[in-house]
Amino acid sequence: MNVVVCVKQIPDPAVPGSLEADHTLDRSGKLILDESDSYGVEMALQLVAAAGGGEVTLVSMAPNNEVSGLRTALAMGADKAILVSDPACEGSDALSTAKVLAKCVERAGGVDLVLAATESSDGYTGTVPAQVGELLGWPSVTFAKHVEIAGSTVKVQRQTEAGYDLVEASLPAVVSVTAGVVEPRYPSFKGIMAAKNKPVDQVTAADLGLDAAQVGWSGARQEITNVEQAPAREAGEKFEDDGTGAEKVVAFLEQLKVV
Amino acid sequence: MRIWVFAEAAGGKVTTATLELLTKAREIGDTVEAIYAGSDAVDAVAASVGSHGATKLFVIDPGDGLPGQVAAAGIAQLAAEHSPDAILFAQTYDGRDAIARLSVKLDRPVLTNGMSLSGDGGLTFGTAIFGGVTLVDAKLTGGGPALIAMRPKSFAAEDAGGGAAEIVKVAAVDAGRAAEAKVLERHVEEQQGPKLEEASIVVSGGRGIGAAENYGPLVEELAKLLKGAWGASRAIVDAGWVPYALQVGQTGKTVKPKVYIALGISGATQHLVGMKNSDNIVAVNKDGEAPIFSVADLGIVGDVHKVVPQLIELLKSKQ
Ligand SMILES: Cc1cc2nc3c(=O)[nH]c(=O)nc-3n(C[C@H](O)[C@H](O)[C@H](O)COP(=O)(O)OP(=O)(O)OC[C@H]3O[C@@H](n4cnc5c(N)ncnc54)[C@H](O)[C@@H]3O)c2cc1C
Ligand SMILES: Nc1ncnc2c1ncn2[C@@H]1O[C@H](COP(=O)(O)O)[C@@H](O)[C@H]1O
Repeated sequence: MNVVVCVKQIPDPAVPGSLEADHTLDRSGKLILDESDSYGVEMALQLVAAAGGGEVTLVSMAPNNEVSGLRTALAMGADKAILVSDPACEGSDALSTAKVLAKCVERAGGVDLVLAATESSDGYTGTVPAQVGELLGWPSVTFAKHVEIAGSTVKVQRQTEAGYDLVEASLPAVVSVTAGVVEPRYPSFKGIMAAKNKPVDQVTAADLGLDAAQVGWSGARQEITNVEQAPAREAGEKFEDDGTGAEKVVAFLEQLKVV
Repeated sequence: MRIWVFAEAAGGKVTTATLELLTKAREIGDTVEAIYAGSDAVDAVAASVGSHGATKLFVIDPGDGLPGQVAAAGIAQLAAEHSPDAILFAQTYDGRDAIARLSVKLDRPVLTNGMSLSGDGGLTFGTAIFGGVTLVDAKLTGGGPALIAMRPKSFAAEDAGGGAAEIVKVAAVDAGRAAEAKVLERHVEEQQGPKLEEASIVVSGGRGIGAAENYGPLVEELAKLLKGAWGASRAIVDAGWVPYALQVGQTGKTVKPKVYIALGISGATQHLVGMKNSDNIVAVNKDGEAPIFSVADLGIVGDVHKVVPQLIELLKSKQ
């Protein structure tokens, strides 16, 4: 059972984001493993263990040869990684990103399952996993809250508006997992040491057989026409609760005629 | 402009998010048509999308496949034939599947998480980034249909009073291996009370309520007394205190009630983006510096375990 996990390396979400002059996200600082992807990594490790063998390969596209997020996932137990860090990919939109990731999956070879998060913490387009599925010509099941392998199929509880659907897809397939689907392990000291020597295959878009026009800004085919601060909502009144807080809420609701 | 809307239905009724898209589409476009991937309630869907401005309803039968994946193959065929200028999707489970797969089939980029749309000088799409603090407008360049996903509640849905849309059945579509993903069973979790997205009062609880067992007596109880719906922050959804369906925010539902009451919620940007367009916001939080107070019309700096039971008593005594 060979599993590929798409892992995005993102600016620390605790630090307020900013835009470059060309309106792309500033990714110049240190990048970390997107927490959303730690669930996919954990899921992959559990599925491979349950299958009794196989490899977990990470694929990531990130600027500046960034590997810190990959090292975190390798320290959790993934076996190896493919990293695309190519200036030609700068400004890539969701579709171009998916093209790069799909090529990485092909490069990994012999893959049974691709895992990703339902959406990234910084971009949250939420389309990359299904785009990768379509590019590979594989079925995809998004919004998984439970995943299990049954022979040559994957069975998924897929979140829906009303509850969940039990969905089955033949392998190879792409599955995107929701936060909280499994409890990601903390890397052990041994894991962290071992991660330093695990292979990271660094490739360019051209190595993957992608034309520069398909990725990066030229591939994105969109133009940012305006960027501005959102009008702030005015804060209203704030009271320290001195025992009359509940009364103030009731008065407020009465004035709005909702009680 | 010819605009298509990916229509979704639940329980035999067209979703409000679809009707919102149709309302916007008829403001911007000359021709509005809808696509529905489903086999039940087709007549009801045609009537409803028709009264919101669609003249045609293309119907794709997904069988037991995932509707979004099968729809993408069908829409790609239709688009080659009819050349729409834009195809609008709601940012929902199936809407995201459909737009993602279609973007590959048509080799067109997608714009997602949209919050505004206008037709002046081509199609301009607006979204908010960094949890809603920065607004960005974008335009797609190059030919082919613009593929756009909008967050629910970005527009108001208005009935235009038109007749039913003409039903056009699409012959069997070949979705390739994507059709190998099959829905085996559907589990519907019974939901009591009004729908979160439609209620005029929403009471949400966050980590500050302290424990899972406090959700019922504090959050649900207050919501029921106010005839409202109850929601949650992601912190308590991830902790397993309440189901995901109750989550409000960037990765959950967008709500816009007359009154939103936040109990023990800090007000992270990802939560605010799902509720800050509510008409009125009330917050109870013991930390006076909590960011939720920067959007609250009425803020009570206090303990939910004191304030909420008192509030419930007061409301009961008034009934
Ligand atoms: C990609 C991404 C997407 C996300 N999407 C969402 C989303 O859709 N929705 C969402 O909600 N979050 C989302 N989050 C998470 C978000 O960043 C916050 O972590 C989350 O909203 C915090 O939930 P909370 O306010 O309940 O908990 P906390 O931030 O822990 O806040 C608890 C609050 O309770 C107060 N409190 C404690 N005890 C009491 C008491 N006795 N009485 C009164 N007040 C008390 C505290 O002062 C504190 O302000 C997302 C995060 C990421 C990275
Ligand atoms: N640059 C990237 N490198 C690796 N994986 C990615 C990248 N971008 C997106 N993904 C994967 O696709 C998921 C959804 O991303 P998005 O469509 O941007 O919300 C992410 O959570 C990742 O699992």
